[in-house]
Amino acid sequence: MIHSLFLINCSGDIFLEKHWKSVVSQSVCDYFFEAQEKAIDVENVPPVISTPHHYLISIYRDKIFFVSVIQTEVPPLFVIEFLHRVADTFQDYFGECSETAIKDNVVIVYELLEEMLDNGFPLATESNILKELIKPPTILRSVVNSITGSSNVGDTLPTGQLSNIPWRRAGVKYTNNEAYFDVVEEIDAIIDKSGSTVFAEIQGVIDSCIKLSGMPDLSLSFMNPRLLDDVSFHPCIRFKRWESERVLSFIPPDGNFRLISYRVSSQNLVAIPVYVKHMISFKENSSSGRFDVTIGPKQNMGKPVEGVVMTVHMPKAVLNMNLTATQGSYTFDPVTKVLTWDVGKITPQKLPNLKGIVNLQSGAPKPEENPSLNIQFKIQQLAISGLKVNRLDMYGEKYKPFKGVKYITKAGKFQVRT
Amino acid sequence: GEIFELKAELNSDKKEKKKEAVKKVIASMTVGKDVSALFPDVVNCMQTDNLELKKLVYLYLMNYAKSQPDMAIMAVNTFVKDCEDPNPLIRALAVRTMGCIRVDKITEYLCEPLRKCLKDEDPYVRKTAAVCVAKLHDINAQLVEDQGFLDTLKDLISDSNPMVVANAVAALSEIAESHPSSNLLDLNPQSINKLLTALNECTEWGQIFILDCLANYMPKDDREAQSICERVTPRLSHANAAVVLSAVKVLMKFMEMLSKDLDYYGTLLKKLAPPLVTLLSAEPELQYVALRNINLIVQKRPEILKHEMKVFFVKYNDPIYVKLEKLDIMIRLASQANIAQVLAELKEYATEVDVDFVRKAVRAIGRCAIKVEQSAERCVSTLLDLIQTKVNYVVQEAIVVIKDIFRKYPNKYESVIATLCENLDSLDEPEARAAMIWIVGEYAERIDNADELLESFLEGFHDESTQVQLQLLTAIVKLFLKKPTETQELVQQVLSLATQDSDNPDLRDRGYIYWRLLSTDPVAAKEVVLAEKPLISEETDLIEPTLLDELICYIGTLASVYHKPPSAFVEGSRGVVHKSLPPRTGSSESAESPDTAPSGVQAAEQPAVIPTQGDLLGDLLNLDLGPPVSGPPIATSSVQMGAVDLLGGGLDSLMGGGGGSSFAPAPSTAMPANLGAPLGSGLGDLFDLTGGVGTLSGSYVAPKTVWLPAMKAKGLEISGTFSRQVGSISMDLVLTNKALQVMSDFAIQFNRNSFGLAPAAPLQVHAPLAPNQSVEISLPLNTVGSVMKMDPLNNLQVAVKNNIDVFYFSTLYPLHILFVEDGKMERQMFLATWKDIPNENEAQFQIKDCSLNADAVSSKLQGSNIFTIAKRNVEGQDMLYQSLKLTNGIWVLAELRIQPSNPSFTLSLKCRAPEVSQYVYQAYETILKN
Repeated sequence: MIHSLFLINCSGDIFLEKHWKSVVSQSVCDYFFEAQEKAIDVENVPPVISTPHHYLISIYRDKIFFVSVIQTEVPPLFVIEFLHRVADTFQDYFGECSETAIKDNVVIVYELLEEMLDNGFPLATESNILKELIKPPTILRSVVNSITGSSNVGDTLPTGQLSNIPWRRAGVKYTNNEAYFDVVEEIDAIIDKSGSTVFAEIQGVIDSCIKLSGMPDLSLSFMNPRLLDDVSFHPCIRFKRWESERVLSFIPPDGNFRLISYRVSSQNLVAIPVYVKHMISFKENSSSGRFDVTIGPKQNMGKPVEGVVMTVHMPKAVLNMNLTATQGSYTFDPVTKVLTWDVGKITPQKLPNLKGIVNLQSGAPKPEENPSLNIQFKIQQLAISGLKVNRLDMYGEKYKPFKGVKYITKAGKFQVRT
Repeated sequence: GEIFELKAELNSDKKEKKKEAVKKVIASMTVGKDVSALFPDVVNCMQTDNLELKKLVYLYLMNYAKSQPDMAIMAVNTFVKDCEDPNPLIRALAVRTMGCIRVDKITEYLCEPLRKCLKDEDPYVRKTAAVCVAKLHDINAQLVEDQGFLDTLKDLISDSNPMVVANAVAALSEIAESHPSSNLLDLNPQSINKLLTALNECTEWGQIFILDCLANYMPKDDREAQSICERVTPRLSHANAAVVLSAVKVLMKFMEMLSKDLDYYGTLLKKLAPPLVTLLSAEPELQYVALRNINLIVQKRPEILKHEMKVFFVKYNDPIYVKLEKLDIMIRLASQANIAQVLAELKEYATEVDVDFVRKAVRAIGRCAIKVEQSAERCVSTLLDLIQTKVNYVVQEAIVVIKDIFRKYPNKYESVIATLCENLDSLDEPEARAAMIWIVGEYAERIDNADELLESFLEGFHDESTQVQLQLLTAIVKLFLKKPTETQELVQQVLSLATQDSDNPDLRDRGYIYWRLLSTDPVAAKEVVLAEKPLISEETDLIEPTLLDELICYIGTLASVYHKPPSAFVEGSRGVVHKSLPPRTGSSESAESPDTAPSGVQAAEQPAVIPTQGDLLGDLLNLDLGPPVSGPPIATSSVQMGAVDLLGGGLDSLMGGGGGSSFAPAPSTAMPANLGAPLGSGLGDLFDLTGGVGTLSGSYVAPKTVWLPAMKAKGLEISGTFSRQVGSISMDLVLTNKALQVMSDFAIQFNRNSFGLAPAAPLQVHAPLAPNQSVEISLPLNTVGSVMKMDPLNNLQVAVKNNIDVFYFSTLYPLHILFVEDGKMERQMFLATWKDIPNENEAQFQIKDCSLNADAVSSKLQGSNIFTIAKRNVEGQDMLYQSLKLTNGIWVLAELRIQPSNPSFTLSLKCRAPEVSQYVYQAYETILKN
């Protein structure tokens, strides 16, 4: 099982370590640093590294490496999932998962890690339960604590851990009972030079914010459940009901959680809401090139495309760029060679365009590769797959909750090759 | 200063101040400061009603108890008291913390409270206590067994609370890992049912433990397998990727038992694809592990993902480790139906920035050409396009793969040779140079200036790498045979360079062979050198099937990430039980192979043991001594190395700077020894079908004999013997230095042999061997090396290198070191097999002068893994029926007749490979007479 955890920042300092069994010397991280050096880019550090006596399994999140040490055969996915859960928990507790936040709350971090893992076995990883055991820090609470002398650590038994619904805490009470669902869809796509779609699929999630008293039993139904053929469920969902009736029936956790995630596969046709016209060329034996990109809307069901941002990793030989944007503003970072164009909202009447001259380092050969364009956008009030919630029913409680559903479509990994 | 202040605060009367002080102590501890000096003061704070303070003190205790064991005893009383607390949270906390204090003295006090907690009324306490048993086992395994905690833990599998069940399973699995032979997790249909019920209700982590445990179960028939599958499939929709992958493992394994005609089989196949694809939209680290596993799944059951090619397309900002894996899977999925798309993608990748990735993409194009014949032409033209880019590494990589394409489709794409020749000068990597030279030599008759081209390489002959030198030698000989008139001078030049001016024995040997061939019989030389070559196979990098089957059982584990069985790299897992897929129990298959039941594969294996002579000759023709392919284990024995081994000179790497073949130089740097095991260790499973649980007694070990006398080896004397213990074979050597100078840099290599014996680790001679000193070494062996039939069968040719020279000797190993621990056949099977093997395979031997009685014989033989299955007394004679299995899966059945008054026994052996009988008899004799 998981033996130890080291948190390492980008400059290679180990700023926190936790051991669940015997202590493993920090020197084990040398193997990690070695791999990190070899990988050059932080993102490219391999997640599983073997050392003579241990295995290091790591994730990279929010500029922090979470490096776990294991000694016996343990499913690596189990470790990776757990590490992400740790990062999620920090995010949840401190609002951000950063080195400063962790250092500022080091005792809470230590207590959390202790609760999350016992001898390497996961113990309490549900945020609902953790929060009962260890109260998250708030300014108010620390003031109150210092006056009344009460503590951050709850002294109740984590009730949820024993019931059949370990994800929900008991005795929840709200004056306003609300249930909100956000249907968020991200389009992952690769568009080739000529504008045809090489690959496209939709990654969707339904994130919920449920503030309901007591033990509500909800069922959520869809107008077109057939779309959902590849779904991952929160453990609270009754799988049998879904199999037989295509209805999501569940007793929800309290607060924010991800109800389902789904994938509308590439077999189905995926509507691509934007198109890009591009002309990026470098002249042979000259130290300049041309850059001309236009973005336009298509297949967006009449909803405006907003929050459009284009980022391009220009070839290394590019020195700077002299461009004019008809809309929005652009920046070019000559160190990382990243061009960012913040377009904003696309109005079909006047298509945003960015064009101008690319200056290359003098004497550098003409770049072999053409950069890919990375596009981000948002479309409110639209689930691009067409998924629609039909109704939400509540059983088990008498009050009438306030209900709401919001749809949004975003670009995921949306890449246009040039 | 700081410590002193903290000390004062800890001893303060005010509760609040105390707590703040403890917090500060913990904070210092967390960042690695040593605050152990405060131990007594912190422990004093333990007796408190304040839960937070208690927890903090517990945290501190866990960290420092080890360094202050005497002080830690002070805390015991509080722990014991807390274990009786009315609040279950405190009871659980106390038992949990006690387990984390890794001090022997404390563990004794822990037993009683732990026993109570395991039977606590509150499931939260029971579940915590279950994990505590695993902790305690880690500290003191004997204590746990003596106290009967393991049985209590087993009982908890039937607990009413799913969380308790899950933790009990988790704890047992961890304990079982260090106790491979124990049957801690012996599952039966009832306990399986319990687990399946708990599976639905426990936490995600618990589900992983339960699924991993289920995967070890062997259902009794296909109906049971199906019903388990049905209850596991809902887990495929879990949000936790580890749960999904563990469920995939269970399904992939049990599917093996389902008949393919079953409707359910098809449904299951369909259900497996979406969750696997979904894993690819997760974080990159998850993707990586998922991809490594998908790589296995695609090889085992390509039908699952054959329509999902597109999800493996690479995005430019994927981390490099994800890109490379995706590329590998794309090639595996490439087929005629999707080749156009794949090629378009690969071409796109070949213009990317990352050099490693680009190289692999170019290589992938070549693999596509070889795999999908219809696409070969397009692949070649794509490669030519890429050569035109003149990007140096692209060109070199392209030439290497074009060579392979020529091997696969001879005489088809020669028109491109001219283009290739244009780029001759830009090649600076040995592999590309060697490939180009091969092409020139192979097509010498069509290249007008072939002699000039080859001559240009000759100028810097001695600066070239071995690979290029060997290739150049062969190419010029080919050229000479094709155009003898103009090239006589050239061939003489290269032969003299190779034989007279080179230090490389392999190059010299090859040079001499050619020289003699050419000078004695040019016609024969032509037949040999220019003979038709065997075509290269379509998939060169497939994982060998038996290994693949084993790895399928390890889906989701580290083994699946490394594509090696755990025995090859997990520390301290000597006794790891090899897992194998269950045999299909469908009616049609079961009828035809009743005798091969437990492993299901062995019958097919036999022909592989001895390669045909034809292949060897073929190998001789193509002396591409490429650096042995590193990376994934290669399924078939490497074609390229063959010829050299035939000449007894497979030791080239010995001299040539150790190019990284299976030859293992004595390590001077601290390389990860456990991973340094030969790449192809998986191959072992070809020969070691189900592996074995080691019995504790070892086989008979003969006394050491001198193998290599000092006078033959410039003062190095080697004597040795072979032994087999707990499933592992080793060669016990004594190296004696009888020379006057110090010897160092020892290394050892075996020639190919009948059973693929090979060193499992480098020869470890830690210090240089001074004159008149000797050193004893036990060299672990495995049976995963290359296989070639030797005469006699148990002949082993060994080369030992030291700083002085390389020495060769050969020795005979007793066959019983190859008898595996699970060689006991079932009675029924024995009868059936005995009848099944034709009578002409039976061999009879006399064992003379042996005065043991039947029982003594039987127990003696058992020590060496010859198992007595039945004993009968017929007319005053004792008949022993025995079975044994060799590492390569060959079963040998024996009947031993013992007459009470006669010291001579009669041994009848029956085996499908009768050539081993004689050596088995020899083994019998050695064992019985010593």
